[in-house]
Amino acid sequence: MSTEPQSGSGISGDDSLEDAHEKNKRVRRVLFGCATVTVVTTVAIFLVLFDNAASYFFGARISEMIAGGGIERTVTFTEFFTGTRWAPDHSTPAHGVLPIVWGTLAITIGAGLVSIPIGTATALYLSEYANTETRNKLKPLLEVLAGIPTIVYGYFAVSFLTPVVVGGIASNIINPTGAWLESVSFLAPFVIEPVAEWMMGVRVGRYSLLAGILVVGTMTIPMVSSISEDAMQAVPDDLRNGAYALGATKYQVSLRIVLPAAVSGIFASYILALSRAIGETMAVTLAAGFNANLTANPFDEIMTMTAYLVSMARGTSAVGTVEYQSLFAVGLLLFLMTLSMNLLNDRMKRRFQEEYR
Amino acid sequence: MSTQRGDLFADIDLGREKLINRLFHGLLVAASLFGLVILVLLIADVIWESYQGLTTFNIDPVQFLTEPSSSRAERAGFGASIVASLWLMALTAVLAFAIAVGCAIYLVEYAPETRTTRLIEANLANLAGVPSIVYGLLVLALIVNDAGLGSVILAGAIALALLIVPIIIVASIEAIRAVPSSVRDGSYAMGATTWQTVRQVVLPQAMPGILTGTILALARAIGETAPLIMVGTMLHATRYPSGPLSSFSAMPTQIYNWTYQADRMFNGLAALGIVVLLVFLVVMYALAGYLRKKYETEGSITNV
Repeated sequence: MSTEPQSGSGISGDDSLEDAHEKNKRVRRVLFGCATVTVVTTVAIFLVLFDNAASYFFGARISEMIAGGGIERTVTFTEFFTGTRWAPDHSTPAHGVLPIVWGTLAITIGAGLVSIPIGTATALYLSEYANTETRNKLKPLLEVLAGIPTIVYGYFAVSFLTPVVVGGIASNIINPTGAWLESVSFLAPFVIEPVAEWMMGVRVGRYSLLAGILVVGTMTIPMVSSISEDAMQAVPDDLRNGAYALGATKYQVSLRIVLPAAVSGIFASYILALSRAIGETMAVTLAAGFNANLTANPFDEIMTMTAYLVSMARGTSAVGTVEYQSLFAVGLLLFLMTLSMNLLNDRMKRRFQEEYR
Repeated sequence: MSTQRGDLFADIDLGREKLINRLFHGLLVAASLFGLVILVLLIADVIWESYQGLTTFNIDPVQFLTEPSSSRAERAGFGASIVASLWLMALTAVLAFAIAVGCAIYLVEYAPETRTTRLIEANLANLAGVPSIVYGLLVLALIVNDAGLGSVILAGAIALALLIVPIIIVASIEAIRAVPSSVRDGSYAMGATTWQTVRQVVLPQAMPGILTGTILALARAIGETAPLIMVGTMLHATRYPSGPLSSFSAMPTQIYNWTYQADRMFNGLAALGIVVLLVFLVVMYALAGYLRKKYETEGSITNV
């Protein structure tokens, strides 16, 4: 990329020329130092998370083990990965990480079900249907959606989405439907009765999985739509024109030409959105809550991995306690999950770039 | 018309195809509007709750903007949090800017095509995808506890700086690459070293783009909550921060703690806090937009 000019023996032979080259070398070293900071950050994240997480499993940090600290199994990997109750700070502690991993996955999958279809449709509209004027107005507005801090989405969930939307769905749709099902349950008592019972019993508290899904889904729409749209715009017009020449409608061109041609770029946007949903913290904490439930009921409170981190940090969990150590075990798991998503995304992007260069 | 189509298209119902196309168009418009509807609802909700706070709970705007917070809603203000956020922004900018721009200059102007360079570039993409809360964990372990700095503004600023360095690098790389190579070649032809070229030719032209990217990155940082919570903030910012080494609660963390309270009046306070935070964001975005526009017009003049 760079063209380092090779200095000759010095036409004028003045010292300032050599000074300049000397300075150039010094600056180069400093700038290289700046560049390594980013690599050091990644290495530090790995080391610090592993080091501290080790004390959660082995009772001593890796650095302490090297210094000769004793190793004692405190939490076994079996309990961590297969246990179904998560309460490291409880008086009878339990260290099964599954409930909060499930919480994160439930939010991520649910948010994907919201943001992927809506984001893709938005991208198709912007890329294929909208005229330039509409496009120039709509795009910045969608970018505003991406620029709003997550804490504001969290507030929106607490003050509007949960009480009005989720509460409204529960008390105006689910509960009456349950009551109606109850009235016709004589048709097939053993099938309908439990469903009706459940539907009538649905209550929405301060937090719910559904609110978390809605809010994270909405937040990740711009990510899907803008990156997918870029991918669609990169599809050569020749392909479209060929289809139009054969008499295809915009609908046919969108679904049969543009989508397949841009598919790896579109998938990359999905992975990015899902990865963002996994790491999303404030909105999910305020929308979905702090109760580590292994439940698929969208009206129940759940806890994601990030919400656990926040709930523990809010307290004054002292260094050396199991709660403090558990932060890093969960943090490490979270980091590895998003890292693998990012690597996958990187691969997708590279494949896409190769297709239409 | 249909009679002229002939037998060739007899099996194609054009009307049906057009209907499907129109329905699909409608579906796409509806999906595109979904995001906008949520945006409008969100803003309306914040404004409505702020209005409620001002009228129902008689929050005094002047007191709100100047007083520190309190565990009693009637006496709570946002002043100390605003000051804490300003401290955070200043420190974050100082910590992040030089390193990020230095890295960008190295990657574009100096870096040889080696494995190390590719590693640095690949790592950048990865860093940008790390959840912000992980940076908070890193600083919590390394700076707050191991280094013994404690939960202070400087620690929060380090977490935010780590978070935005990759963002500023990416924006700076773009700005530096946008400088035409003919300008560089001219400088090199005069016998200038790489650093002389960078400092006197490339940077002056790339600076508006770099600054725009930095402001946008800071706008991202000012709304970040999770890393600060991990670093540790006061539940209520009950006093003004005295410097980089005092404990704090910035705007977003104070909004979080207010939102978390069950008391309705705290919700009004949180809504007003969000209004202040959004005003900060709008100002920063406007500044970035102004810089970009100014830069664009100037650029077009030099090109002509």
